[in-house]
Amino acid sequence: MGMDLNVLIGGEAGDGVRQAGYLLGKAFVRGGLTVVSVFDYPSLIRGGRNLHLVRVSDSEVSAPRRGVDALVALNGDILGSFGGEVRPGGPVVFDSDASAGAEPPGRAAAYPIPATSWAREAGARRVVRNSAALGALLGALGYDLDLLLSVMGDEFPPEVYRVNAALARRGYELAARNPLPEGMRVEPVGGRGDRVLITGNEACALGALAGGMRFYAAYPMTPASPILHYLAGVQREAGIGVVQTESEIAAVVMATGAAYAGVRAATGTSGGGFSLMVEGLGQAGATETPLVIFLVQRPGPSTGLPTYTSQGDLLFAITASQGEFPRAVLAPADPEEAFYLSAEAFNIAERFQIPVIVITDKHLAESYFTVRAPDPSRVEVDRGELISGEWRGPGEYLRYALTESGISPRALPGTRGAIVKQNSSEHNERGWAEENPDTARAMTEKRLRKLLGVREALRGRSLEVVGDPDPEVTLVGWGSTRGAVLEAAARLRERGRRVRFVRFVVLWPFPSEEAQRALSNAGEIYSVENNATGQLARLLRMETGIGVDGTVLRYDGRPITHEDVLEGMGEAI
Amino acid sequence: MVSVAELGTAKKNTWCPGCGNFAVLQAFKSVVSRLGLEPWEVVVVTGIGCHGKIGDYLALNSFHTIHGRVLPLATGIKLANPRLTVVGFAGDGDAYAIGIGHLPHAARRNVDLTYVVHDNKVFGLTTGQATPTTPLGMRTRSTPFGTPEEPINPIAAVLAMGATFVARAFSGDLRHLEEVLERALRHRGFAFVDVLQPCYTFYDTYGYYRERVYKLEDDGHDPSDWNEAMRRAREEEVTGGERIPIGVFYQVDRPTLLDRLPHLSGVPLVDRPPRVDVAGLLERFR
Repeated sequence: MGMDLNVLIGGEAGDGVRQAGYLLGKAFVRGGLTVVSVFDYPSLIRGGRNLHLVRVSDSEVSAPRRGVDALVALNGDILGSFGGEVRPGGPVVFDSDASAGAEPPGRAAAYPIPATSWAREAGARRVVRNSAALGALLGALGYDLDLLLSVMGDEFPPEVYRVNAALARRGYELAARNPLPEGMRVEPVGGRGDRVLITGNEACALGALAGGMRFYAAYPMTPASPILHYLAGVQREAGIGVVQTESEIAAVVMATGAAYAGVRAATGTSGGGFSLMVEGLGQAGATETPLVIFLVQRPGPSTGLPTYTSQGDLLFAITASQGEFPRAVLAPADPEEAFYLSAEAFNIAERFQIPVIVITDKHLAESYFTVRAPDPSRVEVDRGELISGEWRGPGEYLRYALTESGISPRALPGTRGAIVKQNSSEHNERGWAEENPDTARAMTEKRLRKLLGVREALRGRSLEVVGDPDPEVTLVGWGSTRGAVLEAAARLRERGRRVRFVRFVVLWPFPSEEAQRALSNAGEIYSVENNATGQLARLLRMETGIGVDGTVLRYDGRPITHEDVLEGMGEAI
Repeated sequence: MVSVAELGTAKKNTWCPGCGNFAVLQAFKSVVSRLGLEPWEVVVVTGIGCHGKIGDYLALNSFHTIHGRVLPLATGIKLANPRLTVVGFAGDGDAYAIGIGHLPHAARRNVDLTYVVHDNKVFGLTTGQATPTTPLGMRTRSTPFGTPEEPINPIAAVLAMGATFVARAFSGDLRHLEEVLERALRHRGFAFVDVLQPCYTFYDTYGYYRERVYKLEDDGHDPSDWNEAMRRAREEEVTGGERIPIGVFYQVDRPTLLDRLPHLSGVPLVDRPPRVDVAGLLERFR
């Protein structure tokens, strides 16, 4: 077994715990290691307890795991609460000026750093303490400080860099006098420039841009807000419109207006905001407007756990809004896939003139993952049957012309000679409201026919199937649990078990045929989900008749680990 | 130039005879024709209610949206393609009940669009319930003992929200309605027009308004004076319904949302390539 270290950084909100974990993670990635880091924070601005669990390994890990191998405690509360969890001999770095009443556990390798005093001496803000602590951790681990400094240099303006770098160096030098024993050190394995450390939200935003999104409207809601923040930050260089609206209702409708006008448009939110968007989602379906919605799940019901993770909105996403209309629901597992699927969502939306939901969760959206750098040149843009220039007939332009595919060639308002009428009421081919039974039936069938095309377009990439061709156990799942499931599967294989993993990338239209193939001769089937009721398992039964033999469910707001999967299957960890 | 006749459609009109919507339809067609707009460069956004059928009666681009959402839809269209002339039509239920949350923000953003509210002070399509402009004490199907809630004053409210063009018209004075609509369409920014109109079936107010309305422009009103506009906006309440001003209460020139977003000026979003180069942005994640 290679190097695999779980570093817990803890402090109060406002201590820069997120940033510290990010800097540390990136320093490791620049040294060729693989990082996945989970930021755990309550819904507070200041105070409270912020934790950043940075897992670093020399093998390809993509999920958090249990246990603490190293602790960076920015106050006594963290030191007292988590010091005891550190494995024997593990490093405990703490601010000795801010830990009154708490002691590092006797069996740990203690690294007291007078970080508050150093910050004061430097005349700097208190938040720079975390740089001293990071430096000390790297000194203890014997890691290359320059990698951390290079990250700081990229992240901070020069004057901020100077004070942080000085404190990191001071911490490093102090700790390096007593480095950890050989077996506990972390060494760079050589740079690998083809990889990035990125969150799911950032990857969704970048994928959307690569896919040509030029308009984003959203109302702030955790944990989807970082998409809005990122896009707002780059709107000028990207040349896109970003509007923070008065509500999620306004957001989904404004994006629909922009999409009708011919711009690739999206909105993003979490469950509560998505609830408000539901009528607007149906409007996009009824009016056949291409629209992309990023749905970043968090635990409900209602306000729920705003800053934690969940996969509780699957059945809601595929059924939301009254009536029957086609939609697509895509579920990336990591930031790399999130990038490509977010771009592809706009192709599906435009080709079939439907709403497309990209469903993620807080864990994928806000955790940092080490992935291959997405390649924008792999993104293709297909706008579907779009009429450009001038309408030349024959006859008058019909926005909802009945066709075999169900897709009506789409003119944009402003096309000379074409009058483009969209209608949320049932309508005829022109777009005039019409209520006669023949029209209602024909239009319903026309819209639903498009789903056949969507299914065809997504065939071959709706499922990820990996592992044994003749399994005794098959794990099914979707979204961000992939890393944990793969890790559990690897453990089982080490024990001689034949294991397959079937992951649903496309949740709607449900890939029934592919699922039936992948789940025939599957052995025992377990569904692994971050929800309480096994929604994928229920959907699978509804669409294919296939029942699972067991479920592994976690619904406490925390991401699933491979230990959870093994435990849930009744296996040893 | 497109004629008034060419702006009509063959769709059978199902408004009640005598409905105030006919005047709004007629006046709007006249203004589009008079302004020399090409039909394909005009987009009409309509809400839910009797007024919402107006899109079917116009040979113009249209989007019949869901209840109360005319403003965000119109805003999205205009931001995507500023070459389009975007006009929203809403009812008083649409605009002042379910959709009022969008109104202050449309005023703040000052996107260059026109918002016409068919204000007949009653829900017509759903057969006669009270709306936020229904007078206190009026009996409707949903208020059989009289509305217990004070009506809102849309002109005063929209003035307070900071709109750059605030006007009222009366469907019983077609020529004046046309003048007001034309000024609204010519205004660069968010133009708000509340149209007093009867619901011939559920609340016939023709006679009431005809006896009380007067034109602001005939009364020496200076539409650049916000305080005076606000005083006139309250005149109906203050005089116990004796005098009801119509015309332009207030108009001011202020930068639009797009003026304040320089990266969106120039090439409209709809004309930009559907692909953003993210190679440089991705570099920052290494």
